[in-house]
Amino acid sequence: MIQSLRKVIVPLIAMVVFLLLWEALVWVNNWPNYKMASPSDLWPAYTRYWELFLVMGWQTLWRTVLGLILAIIVGVAIGMVMGFSRTMRDALYPLLVGFNAIPKATIVPIVALLFVGAHDFNTVLIAFMISFFPIAVSVSIGLSTLEPEYRDILRALGASQATIFWKIALPKTLPEFFGALKVAVTLAFIGTNLMEIVSPHGRGLGALFDSGKTNSDYPLMFAVLIALAVLGIVLYYIVVALERIFAGWAERPAG
Amino acid sequence: MTSLIDIKGVRHAYKTANGPLPVLDGLNLSVPEGGFCAVVGPSGCGKSTLTRLVAGLMKPDEGEVTLHGEPVRGPRSTVGMAFQNPVLLEWRSILKNVMLPLEIVPGGLKGKAAEDRARYLLSLVGLEGFEDKRPSELSGGMRQRASLCRALVHQPEVLILDEPFGALDAFTREDLWQTMHEVKAKEPFTGVLITHDLRESIFLGDQVVVLSGRPARTQYVMEISRDKAPSLDDLYTPIAAERLNTLRHQIEIAQGRVTEEASA
Ligand SMILES: Nc1ncnc2c1ncn2[C@@H]1O[C@H](COP(=O)(O)OP(=O)(O)OP(=O)(O)O)[C@@H](O)[C@H]1O
Ligand SMILES: [Mg+2]
Repeated sequence: MIQSLRKVIVPLIAMVVFLLLWEALVWVNNWPNYKMASPSDLWPAYTRYWELFLVMGWQTLWRTVLGLILAIIVGVAIGMVMGFSRTMRDALYPLLVGFNAIPKATIVPIVALLFVGAHDFNTVLIAFMISFFPIAVSVSIGLSTLEPEYRDILRALGASQATIFWKIALPKTLPEFFGALKVAVTLAFIGTNLMEIVSPHGRGLGALFDSGKTNSDYPLMFAVLIALAVLGIVLYYIVVALERIFAGWAERPAG
Repeated sequence: MTSLIDIKGVRHAYKTANGPLPVLDGLNLSVPEGGFCAVVGPSGCGKSTLTRLVAGLMKPDEGEVTLHGEPVRGPRSTVGMAFQNPVLLEWRSILKNVMLPLEIVPGGLKGKAAEDRARYLLSLVGLEGFEDKRPSELSGGMRQRASLCRALVHQPEVLILDEPFGALDAFTREDLWQTMHEVKAKEPFTGVLITHDLRESIFLGDQVVVLSGRPARTQYVMEISRDKAPSLDDLYTPIAAERLNTLRHQIEIAQGRVTEEASA
């Protein structure tokens, strides 16, 4: 009981201390709010624009999640193909690495031009493109490093490939998969925001940030940053909770 | 007496980047129903390959592997396997690990019957009370016991053990040898045991087969008769010493350290 209370209270205190330090820093340096907004400037921004925050936050959220779901579907599929076939692994790996090496900030304007006006589509596409790579790699590595004995104990009984996949390969790969998903969820979030900021007439928190910039509303820009951080944390911990449920067995007991 | 496992003139080569690698060449082996055949041979000579052939995981290039006189064409659910690595599934409890084959084999026990069977086997190998533990909570020897239960749970005709005790310390290993005899008395099976340990081969096997170096052929067969219940003391009798000596000498020949002509 005390343990679980500690888990909530300690991060909360850390958060309050951080806000106080931030406020103090701005106050001591006497920075104007166009240089650095302080936490006390944020509150008015939230109360004035709270409806916008809800609408835009939802926009950002659903696009990120949709992009991530696509990344999971495509990433797992590519990972399975590469994990089960050596030839496909040799063929696809350099392509994937090359694709992943391109900084996504350079793809954003290209996609924005390619599908002008399709803002939702563009945003989801970038979120997907930026986040499927770690998923594909982790699944392929998880499957290809499965020790042959694991396969053999079922294969020797006449089990089909599908049975071996469901009973052994898939569960054994779950810890790696969730490790990658934690990276992917953050990446998808970055992808969504890149597109929202860059594309004209965009929507979502990224667009709200951009409008703060155009209108020189600096406290609004900082307020968006904090809102993004909160959304990112929520998404991350949802993945962590799913990991606990589906791959909790891989956790080493605390000792 | 008819034999359950029959291997006649088996040859096999692996295809590698440097051309074919002959692994088995002229292998003969015959295990009667209820027999327990221990196979020893130099490292890398093809012992695991032999087990994969019997299990139907591979087909030999030449020769024949038959069970009950029927050629082995593929995997069959009447085979149980255990390896040096116990390969227990970490996301399942020990009980659920043991029950795994019953989920695969056609007509396997289901529900309560399956659970009872698994519990019975676990108690037979001394793992009562560990049914709900995770594999990582058990010692190496206990994991190997659980792996043995999993190999036996669907009452296989043929039990294939590929160095199951190889990674255990000497005391744990001797413990497990005795467990093997106890299990065999209650759960009859026909077995092939691959081992590196000559004492293990004469203690557990009623037949010890020495394979030559790669490519392996049957080099020497020793029949072991037992007129009373086996005990570890048997390993310290003059007969045991003589058997071990003979086997050691055969292994030296297999390794090419002594030629057969020189010894004859
Ligand atoms: N799938 C494979 N492809 C190519 N070569 C293989 C393959 N499996 C085994 N070999 C080679 O065949 C030989 C025999 O292998 P095997 O595993 O049957 O030997 P072993 O007697 O079980 O060895 P150990 O005593 O180390 O367990 C070895 O030289 C090994 O490198
Ligand atoms: Mg081997």
